[in-house]
Formats: sequence, structure tokens, C-alpha cells
Amino acid sequence: MTASPMIEIRNVDKSFGNFKALDTLNATIGEGEFFSLLGPSGCGKTTLLRMIGGFDTPSSGEILIGGRSMDGIPPNLRPTNMVFQSYAIFPHLNVSENIAYGLKRLKLGREEEEKRVREALVQVELSGLGPRMGNQLSGGQRQRVALARALVMRPKVLLLDEPLSALDKNLRAQMQVELRHLQRQIGITFILVTHDQYEALSMSDRIAVMFSGQIAQIADPKEIYQNPATRQVADFLGGMNFLTSSQLAIDGRHFNAVLPGIGEISGHLAGKEISDPSSAIIGIRPERLRIVWEGETAEHLVTARVVDRNYFGEVTSLVVGVEGQAGHLSIVETNDFGADDIPVGSDITITYDGDAFIIMQG
Amino acid sequence: MQPSAPTLPVERSGRRTGGPRFLQTETGKGWLTISPPLLYAVLLLIGPIIVIITHSFWTQDYLTIDRTFTLDNYKAALTEPIYRDLLLRSLFVSVTVAFVTVILAYPVAWFVSFHGGRYKGLWLFIITVPFWSGYLLRILSWKVILGYKGVLNSGLLYLGVIAEPLNWLIYNVNAVIITLAHSWAAFAILPLFVSLEKLDRSLLEAAADLGDGPVRRFLRVTLPLTMPGIIAALLIVMIPTVGDYVTPRLVGGKDGVMIANAIQVQFGKASNWPLGAALAVSTMIIVSLVAGAIVLMLLGLKRLFK
Repeated sequence: MTASPMIEIRNVDKSFGNFKALDTLNATIGEGEFFSLLGPSGCGKTTLLRMIGGFDTPSSGEILIGGRSMDGIPPNLRPTNMVFQSYAIFPHLNVSENIAYGLKRLKLGREEEEKRVREALVQVELSGLGPRMGNQLSGGQRQRVALARALVMRPKVLLLDEPLSALDKNLRAQMQVELRHLQRQIGITFILVTHDQYEALSMSDRIAVMFSGQIAQIADPKEIYQNPATRQVADFLGGMNFLTSSQLAIDGRHFNAVLPGIGEISGHLAGKEISDPSSAIIGIRPERLRIVWEGETAEHLVTARVVDRNYFGEVTSLVVGVEGQAGHLSIVETNDFGADDIPVGSDITITYDGDAFIIMQG
Repeated sequence: MQPSAPTLPVERSGRRTGGPRFLQTETGKGWLTISPPLLYAVLLLIGPIIVIITHSFWTQDYLTIDRTFTLDNYKAALTEPIYRDLLLRSLFVSVTVAFVTVILAYPVAWFVSFHGGRYKGLWLFIITVPFWSGYLLRILSWKVILGYKGVLNSGLLYLGVIAEPLNWLIYNVNAVIITLAHSWAAFAILPLFVSLEKLDRSLLEAAADLGDGPVRRFLRVTLPLTMPGIIAALLIVMIPTVGDYVTPRLVGGKDGVMIANAIQVQFGKASNWPLGAALAVSTMIIVSLVAGAIVLMLLGLKRLFK
């Protein structure tokens, strides 16, 4: 992350009666960083975003933007702008008027205002749509207008509340790329709220994964995926095979364990602290398990029985049972060698990448 | 038995059953559905209007009606100073009442919609409670409040604010305006409430986000987007108040007489239906024009705040 902090979240709590929506959150978001708040619905990510924007107030704790406490400062006086989930496009104004909405108050003069609106229209590729009324736009267009309307204010921080969730799949993928480019180009801090793990992984510099009002892990996407701090994080981001183990031993930066039916394995803690080894659990990502085809030689051979097979086009997901393991394991294989033709019920030989085991707090 | 080919329901389109084809279409069914209330409305609304309009071109000839076409009634209605003054006063009163009512009703509707919380229904219920009593009763209670020895005067006397009762509280145009504004409050609150309810709250958050404080948010978002409700409320109050003749009669005194009182006289004591009809038709047309002008003005006003 970059050197100077743009946003500091200090011990922020939010309670609704007895319900703790946010529980002692702490985070620092850097200048020019693309930061995502990822979590299932109801985890408090939107509440936190709205607090940064000034639409909700913390029950205790404080939020600093650019080193200044935002205590008691209403949204209209904060250096943030928001892209709302519903986009909140003013239906009685046309696209240009929507984009110019916030500029009017700045009294920039007609020429400067028109110039900025024109630039914003170009930036979000809506040139020519200026006179279209706000209530005559498609979902993608509304999203772009909302983005332009916020960016034209030149905020220090842009807040995005699930901005892509209303778009169809292809448009969403396209907008993910565009948003990322836009953020790099203008270099301001983006804070994105999303429940889509791939969106968070592909767009962010860092991700905060939240569950029931708490931040479970803050790290860059690769770290979050490859080295999830807890079982919950691992489960939420992609598939994870949780393994039955015995004789788990943690020493310094390594761990050793015996996995029934698989064998003796070891791995790195990768900077993690396992506070309670008795509840720790070992896992491996499905793509780190491979099928061993006939005639191939490999280490770490494990015999498994195919329980189920799911075809996804470019890959096939196999669900296999290994004797000694309580749960079924899932393997993701490309279809180059015929993984999509393996009959359910047959026995296959699989292998694993020796360095791919992860230890997590259960 | 011969194996027969399975019979398929062929020719589903087109004339399946009897009856005119028009009634099978969506539009036809629609007309069929609304026809009872439509007939009712035509008979009871359009019918009387036709009767009034035809009468307005005839002449009262003592006890009978002379049915030769004439514009004399309109000439009288539009040129006689008494009718012109009454019409202008009626317009003034109804437009004032409409604006006063809407201005007073808007905060109430706003409060219920934005801060009513779980009790919105209860609030609306409470607002309608006064309307369970009769119209006359409400007017008479204003007479009790505004009268020479009324609640207001005796209250002020008791407090020593005034030395003797104020005699300008009742029996004038102001009293008519106050009474009517109160009488029609609920009819203004309800459409305003509905339009405020329809207002997407995230638009107000967006306006705040873009730098607007409460006042600018109201002028730039709430007001233009609730304009349909404001217009509806204004018209709902204004149009019927032009024709009110009970309130002016009871609290208006001789200065508060309105055009409807004159029309009532023509249809009653004076027994000159054609003149009354011409007055009614002229009023109707002029009120429509004024209402249209107000709507255009407000729509223009809406474009002003951006």
C-alpha cells in the first residue's frame, strides 16, 4: 500500500439496540488505493461504507479522512462521493444536468462547468447522451452516469456501493476492467463494497473480508486467496477442501500433520499466528489437486473414488471420496485429458502439490 | 374401431366463440369492465353539464323558458359589475385558499412521510378524524372560534392583549379563507403524502453526497419531484372552493359573498335558471383557464431549480 493513509477507521462500533452491526473495526486505507469490502449480505460492509460517506454515524469510534476526524460532518461537507447501489439518478434531470448537479453549487462559471461535464461524458463513454432524461437510461448507462456524476466532483475518495450488481454478466466483466483502469488513471482512493469474490479479487489492491460485523482479514487479493486467515475467509473466496488431520504440530514457521488416506504433509505458516492449534484446520484448494493419468509418474499418489462430476465447459469439477477423510474432496481439472469423461463410481489416482497445504484458524 | 388421429385444438386464433370480435380483445374487455361506472359517470356528470349548457342559451320568461338561442345570459354574466366582482373575488379566494392549504399541508405530509416511521397509518388516521364530523359543523366551529364573543376574542381579552373584542375576525374574506383552508386540509395532505412517499430517498442522499444542504436538497430534488402531488393538491382544493356557497354564507358576511352564492340565488329565489346556468358555465371555463395557468406556472418553476 501507499505511504500516506487517506482513511483511518478507528475502533468503529455500530449497534442497533442489542444487535452489533459493526464490532470494533480498525483499518487504514491508503491514498490512491483500490480497497474492497467483501462479505456476505448483512456483514456490515455497506454500513461501514455509508459511515465513511457520512450517511450513518458510528455508535463509537471515529473515522478520519485525510487526517481529519469526520465526527459530526454531514455528507455534503465530506471529500467523498458515492456511487449508490440504486445509482440514484435524478429522474427529472437529463444526463448532463445529472452530472452537473454537484458542480452548480461550486459556481465554476458556465464554461468550466460545461467543459467538466463534457470531459466526464467522454470519460465514461456517454458522449452524445447528454440530453437524454435520467429516467430513460438502461442499467449500464445509469451506472456510468452515477460514476461520472461522482467523479466530476473530483473527490479524494470514491465510494462504490455494489455498483455492478445490477448489471448483466458480460457488462459487469467489462465494467470491472473499466473501473480498474479509471482508478489507475485518476489515482484517487476507491472503496468498493461487493459480495462478489471475483470482483474483489480482480479489481482491488487490498481486500477486507467481513463477517457479521467484524473484519476477518485485510490483505491483498493473492494473499487472501492463497493464505486465508480463517476457515470462513477460505470458504467465502473460492472452494476449499478442508481435511481431516491428526498429529498436527506447529513449530515456529512450519506445521506438520498426518492426513488419513493422504499421508504426512508439511507447510508454511506464512506469517500467520495460530492462537489455538486444537481448532486449527488444514485445507487445500481444489485446483491444487490433480488427476494422475495412466502412464504418468508422480509423487504423493492417493486413491480416490469419484462421487460426482460437474461439467463447466472449460473445466470439470470432480467430487471424490478418499478413505480416512471425513468430507468429500473437490478437484478442478481442465478438460484437455478427458476429465469430463471419467465415470462416476470409478476409482482414480490423484496427487497434490506438496506446498499447497494451508493451515487456518477454524 | 378405427384408430383416429389425435385431435388437436386447431385454429385457436380468430372466432372461437360467438359475440362481437371487439369484445374478445384486451381493449374490448377493458371497455366492458369499466362500462358500468362509465355509464354512471356519463349519466350523472356529463348529463347535468349538458342540461346546464343548453339552459345557458335560453331565456327565462316568467314561469316558462323561452328556448330560442341567445347569448344575452353570457353578456350579463360577464359584463354586469356585480357578477364580475363576485367571480374575481371567488377566484382570489379559491386560489389563495389552495396555496395557503398546500403550504400548510406540505410540512404535515412531509413529517408523516419522513418521520412517521411505524405510525404513518395512525398519523393519517388522526389527520382524517376532524372530517368525520359534518362539513357544516366544522364551519360553525370556526364561527365559534372567530366570532365577536368567540374563543379567540375572549382568550385575547382574558390575556389582556386586546381591550375590546376584534370585530374584523369574522364576516369577511379572511374568515372565508381560514375556514376553507382548514376544511380542505386533509384533501391536500393526502396527495402530497403520496407523492412524498414515492420519492426515492436515495435521491436525497445522492444530493447530499453531491454537496447540497437540506434547503438545496428540498428545492432541487424534493420539490420538483413532488410537483405532481402539489399540483394535484392545489387543484383538488381550488376547484371545489370556487363553487362553495355554504362557507361564505356562514362566515363571510356581506364582504365574503362568492359567485356560487349568486348562482344559488338564480337557481333558487330569483328563479332565473338560464342566467344561473350561464354564470355556472362562465365560472367553469374561467376556473379551468386559471387552473391551467397555475399548472403551467408551477411546471415552469420546477425547471428553475436545477
